[in-house]
Amino acid sequence: MVRSQVLICGGTGCVSSGSQKVREEFEKQLELNGLQDEIKLVRTGCFGLCSLGPIVIVYPDGTFYSRVTPDDVAEIVSEHLLKGRPVERLIYADTGEAEETQTKIETALSETKFYKSQKRVALRNCGVIDPENIDEYIAMDGYAALGKVLTEMTPEEVIKVVTDSGLRGRGGAGFPTGRKWGLCAPNKAPQKYVVCNADEGDPGAFMDRSVLEGDPHCIIEAMAIAGYAIGATKGYVYVRAEYPIAVKRLGIAIAQAREYGLLGENIFDSGFNFDLQIRLGAGAFVCGEETALMHSIEGQRGDPRPRPPYPAVRGLYDSPTVENNVETFANIPQIILNGAEWFASMGTEKSKGTKVFALGGKINNTGLVEIPMGTTLREIIEDIGGGIPNGKKFKAAQTGGPSGGCIPESLIDTPIDYDNLTAIGCMMGSGGLIVMDEDTCMVDIAKFFLDFTVDESCGKCTPCRVGMKRLKEMLEKITDGRGTLEDLDKLEELCLYIKQNSLCGLGQTAPNPVLATLKFFRDEYVAHVVEKRCPAGVCKNLLTYTIDKDKCIGCGLCAKACPADAITRTDYIAPGHKLASFAINKDKCVKCGACIASCKKIKAISKR
Amino acid sequence: MKSLAELQKIKANMKQRIVLREGSGDIRVVVGMATCGIAAGARPVLNELVKDVSEEGLSEKVTVSQTGCIGICQYEPVVEVFEAGKEKVTYVKMTAEKAKEIVEKHLKGGQVVEEYTIGAYQS
Repeated sequence: MVRSQVLICGGTGCVSSGSQKVREEFEKQLELNGLQDEIKLVRTGCFGLCSLGPIVIVYPDGTFYSRVTPDDVAEIVSEHLLKGRPVERLIYADTGEAEETQTKIETALSETKFYKSQKRVALRNCGVIDPENIDEYIAMDGYAALGKVLTEMTPEEVIKVVTDSGLRGRGGAGFPTGRKWGLCAPNKAPQKYVVCNADEGDPGAFMDRSVLEGDPHCIIEAMAIAGYAIGATKGYVYVRAEYPIAVKRLGIAIAQAREYGLLGENIFDSGFNFDLQIRLGAGAFVCGEETALMHSIEGQRGDPRPRPPYPAVRGLYDSPTVENNVETFANIPQIILNGAEWFASMGTEKSKGTKVFALGGKINNTGLVEIPMGTTLREIIEDIGGGIPNGKKFKAAQTGGPSGGCIPESLIDTPIDYDNLTAIGCMMGSGGLIVMDEDTCMVDIAKFFLDFTVDESCGKCTPCRVGMKRLKEMLEKITDGRGTLEDLDKLEELCLYIKQNSLCGLGQTAPNPVLATLKFFRDEYVAHVVEKRCPAGVCKNLLTYTIDKDKCIGCGLCAKACPADAITRTDYIAPGHKLASFAINKDKCVKCGACIASCKKIKAISKR
Repeated sequence: MKSLAELQKIKANMKQRIVLREGSGDIRVVVGMATCGIAAGARPVLNELVKDVSEEGLSEKVTVSQTGCIGICQYEPVVEVFEAGKEKVTYVKMTAEKAKEIVEKHLKGGQVVEEYTIGAYQS
């Protein structure tokens, strides 16, 4: 009889920090202590606190252990599992909290600051169930929504519930999901398709991966519901081959669903047939665009095509197709079970429900968070994210990855929803949220995202293929210190031209990072151009390293660290010092920063 | 899968297992599992409690967990029952058989088994 369960995170984050080894060690230690029949190990999906992995939770008490190494396992087993004494040193305590709050050891996970303001709908089962066990999904009301739809509802009623819920596409553009289904349903065709877009390409976004890894069955269930609503019997999940764990678990889940007759013919004895296949993407960013994705499924080159006709009319294999993002699908079963009003009660007027964000960059709690729409950026960063590390100042947050823009500090209290973000020139995007502190150069960030989009442009249309390349060259000119004020105007003009004339969403949104940084951080661009100075100290060509000759104690550590032999001893001895100071030869200096790192104690070297 | 009833059956079977992860039920049963408790035979008691609570279908109401030494080592194995709004009940010198009785009478029936409580031993 199992008296206790040990949940070990098997999401990609924790697997790469070693959760697999931790699991093996648990198996070994449980056996050693003769506990293997009393304590069950469960591999789950992502808990969301990826920076603290590998994560282990012990139930029934709910003790939350973070950063568990294989060496810690013996102690957890012999102390906690055998004797009931939680290992205090491994228990997660809120970061940035004062000591006294840590005295309450058995803080339930749901009470920590990280989890308290979250509302988990799409991620409800992630980190709770074993994704490779269909029975655990069923225990959490899994497939009940599909059963309800097939036995009690008409396709029109399903579409109405989804429409009334106000759910909008979570892939970034925010098109109302119910309307998409409603546009596809009336089209007559011998075959229709449901496609799940799991080609999550934005740098820094990983919520779709986590859903597929932690709760693959909910995607299968939602796609079958969509199939019933629009009259499709076939579905495809287009997922990146770079997500091996997600692909594997989804494959297992599909096989289990077929075995249970939840996929296949005559599901719930309703006469409805539906089956799914996985298609692996090779990692091209443009394949996240719906028409390019469908070309790729068909076995063609992943190029976009002009719309209309929209996929709802002519999509995959020229048949009517509904294509939704993973996170959008993840909301569907809950909407069916709890009703449209329940979903519409969360969020803001035009953006209902919750949104998952992948928190990354300069933030204490890197990981996945799901919050109701309308939560402010400040709450996400300061409360859930635990603030900026090392006492640095918040500068901006990038939403929507390379298609989005940055939100500056002055707008940190903006409630986040589709329309507010669009209004300030950003976009929701798939939900990557990269936090930047004062050490980030905004021109450099814009250049970084352009680097990405230039690489990923498919080359079909000229504005995107050539325009982006030229944009990047202009930014390089500015960060090299060769820019002029005229360039800034040209930059803006070219951005707008690319936006208006590109064929697909990639080109239409690719200039956004430049436009947003130009709008909110024009002074930084001006500093680069006029003063030939990078205020954040990032752009190498604009930096000079100098040694304060009166602070230098002449130890010579910097000269040893310098890979370019650019640092030599002078004959100046500062008052009060015994040895002559050093100086940097600016012609030889490669600006690598090794000298500053070597002078941590004295701090005599600075860059400007 | 041909009917909702079939789905319900799987759900009901699995619920017992999953419910452990939802944490605190209304009643918490805590077994002292320090060295003294283990030496006195706390593990069979704990396992019996877990098994019976599950078999009686009490999993949603009752959470069985363990704790360290309570400080009355001579009375081990010790089992404490916490219930919101009621006074804590401490059972001492437990055995698997007594545990079975406690699940039956106390956790299910709501009747404290006075003869096994610490009060009965001390008086």
